Amino acid sequence: MRQTLGWWYTATGAARERRVWGTGAVILLALLFPLINGWLHLGWEAKVIPIALFIILALGLNVVVGFAGLLDLGYAAFFAIGAYTMAFLTSTVSPIAFVREGHPVNFFIAMFISAGVAALFGVLLGAPTLRLRGDYLAIVTLGFGEIVPLVIKNTPDLTKGTQGMNPIGYPEVPGVLFAVDPVPWYYLIVVVLLVSVVITGRLRTARIGRAWAAMREDEVAAASMGINLVTTKLFAFSLGASFSGFAGSIWASYLQVIAPEQFDFSVSIFVLCMIILGGLGNIAGVIAGGVLLGGVDRILFDWISGGVHAIGAAIGNQDLQLMDVSRSRQLIFGVALVFMMLVRPEGLFPSARRRAELHAAEELGEGAAQQERAVFVEVEN
Amino acid sequence: MPLLQVDGVHTYYGNIEALKGISLTVEQGEIVTLIGSNGAGKTTTLRTIAGVLRPRQGSVRMAERDLTKVPANQIVRMGIAHSPEGRRIFARMTVKENLEMGAYARTDKDLAPDFERVYTLFPRIKERLKQRAGTLSGGEQQMLAIGRALMARPKVLLLDEPSMGLAPVLVELVFRTIQEINAQGMTVLLVEQNAHMALSIARRGYVLQTGTIVLTDTAAKLAQNEMVRKAYLGEE
Repeated sequence: MRQTLGWWYTATGAARERRVWGTGAVILLALLFPLINGWLHLGWEAKVIPIALFIILALGLNVVVGFAGLLDLGYAAFFAIGAYTMAFLTSTVSPIAFVREGHPVNFFIAMFISAGVAALFGVLLGAPTLRLRGDYLAIVTLGFGEIVPLVIKNTPDLTKGTQGMNPIGYPEVPGVLFAVDPVPWYYLIVVVLLVSVVITGRLRTARIGRAWAAMREDEVAAASMGINLVTTKLFAFSLGASFSGFAGSIWASYLQVIAPEQFDFSVSIFVLCMIILGGLGNIAGVIAGGVLLGGVDRILFDWISGGVHAIGAAIGNQDLQLMDVSRSRQLIFGVALVFMMLVRPEGLFPSARRRAELHAAEELGEGAAQQERAVFVEVEN
Repeated sequence: MPLLQVDGVHTYYGNIEALKGISLTVEQGEIVTLIGSNGAGKTTTLRTIAGVLRPRQGSVRMAERDLTKVPANQIVRMGIAHSPEGRRIFARMTVKENLEMGAYARTDKDLAPDFERVYTLFPRIKERLKQRAGTLSGGEQQMLAIGRALMARPKVLLLDEPSMGLAPVLVELVFRTIQEINAQGMTVLLVEQNAHMALSIARRGYVLQTGTIVLTDTAAKLAQNEMVRKAYLGEE
């Protein structure tokens, strides 16, 4: 039991019991959700799919940003690469003649290939940025995030450009109708999500997780301990990218049409907001952040819009009747993020270590502050 | 046969030649110290040995093995542990985790005797295992930095300015501990601004001035040397 569950099962006594029951309840809720949705007539079946999918993205980005401390602002690029790989392998408009002529790759095989291709691009992006840190790394990744949709837009021979690729192959499971029913999609995504949680959770406390933590704190000292910074960073990039490759491939097949503007900068920022809001580095926090932001975006905004429309109808105001709150999502999320940074920069459910990092001044003694300054002086030199 | 041998090393920061042909040797079981004023190249020498910096000319050899092109993360596997200037402990990890990081490169996982050794040398570290390293006092952080380096079970320990920023009573304690570690058989290369303390525990010393070695002798003789007394021991 301990062998397979790793860190998750290492706490003792009441803490472990709480964790077992808490996790069990969340998993049960997730698995029973389609039934609950039916009983309560919520009509959320199509809304929870993108939410769950974006949580997979958040878990992957959390490996890069939360564990390894590499700020990646172009994460949507890997999402796009995963989606387009799926399209290339299964679409009737694929640039690969063999696929186009009626031999699509099986969805589940294509899903793994997509993740692999995304991981490869993770290494390609990671390699030139190895010497960059902080702001500089963020700018390069931002550039990469812009380049990928632009390349897709401008290579219509391969990708159909802005017109988008459609249709894309469905998963084929005997007796399950992916084409008409959202529920199998939901279960597919939840399974991938659970696997992602287990993998990232185990990595955090594994040898590589400790190397990431050390590297995040002090690269020079980490190298002196025997950590190979090159492979450690590249592994973080490629692993993070592979999660979004999985998510991208499922997303492409689910939507049946993909176009470059679905993968713009706002997607990267939305995923980053999820992990910052929830708590960088803490898996439960990241999931909570994803549920919260996704829920607000897909469900709460609709309710508010409905409320505003009702008020508009009651007082006879045309503007209110037509107002769509979700069109102000960028503004609302922006304000929320600024507010979070001011009052609770570590996120709602931070990992203990991250909390310490953000409250260094009050928690750590003068010695640490001194060391901090010494590090800054070194960096400036 | 010296355990560690640095031969005609030239190291640059960009175009600035920080080391202008440094040669030194460290024998098995010795404490050797590098003294000199700010900017003389002491830390640069240590960082070159540790692989953090690359020499443009010259070589670093450890037990007849050429280390000149070995990357920093492999140096520790060659038996050289580096306790860097400014300590550079992992402030947000716990004390225990810092010590575990010290043993990161080891392939054997029998760490218990090494933890015991660190606890015996630094009883105060043992009291604070679960505490975040950044909350330790300066002296405790220095002890942790040395303890972390020892966890790699090295053949040579490179210590960079262990007295930096410490109260005199703690400097005394740290140096006594270095002597104790040496008495257990550890070879130590010590860089210090506090020449008085360094020469009192070392067997031999090298005096650095603007990137060259100007003087080398046994520590006892260096302590008597007129130039050293005037320039580094603050005597008239």
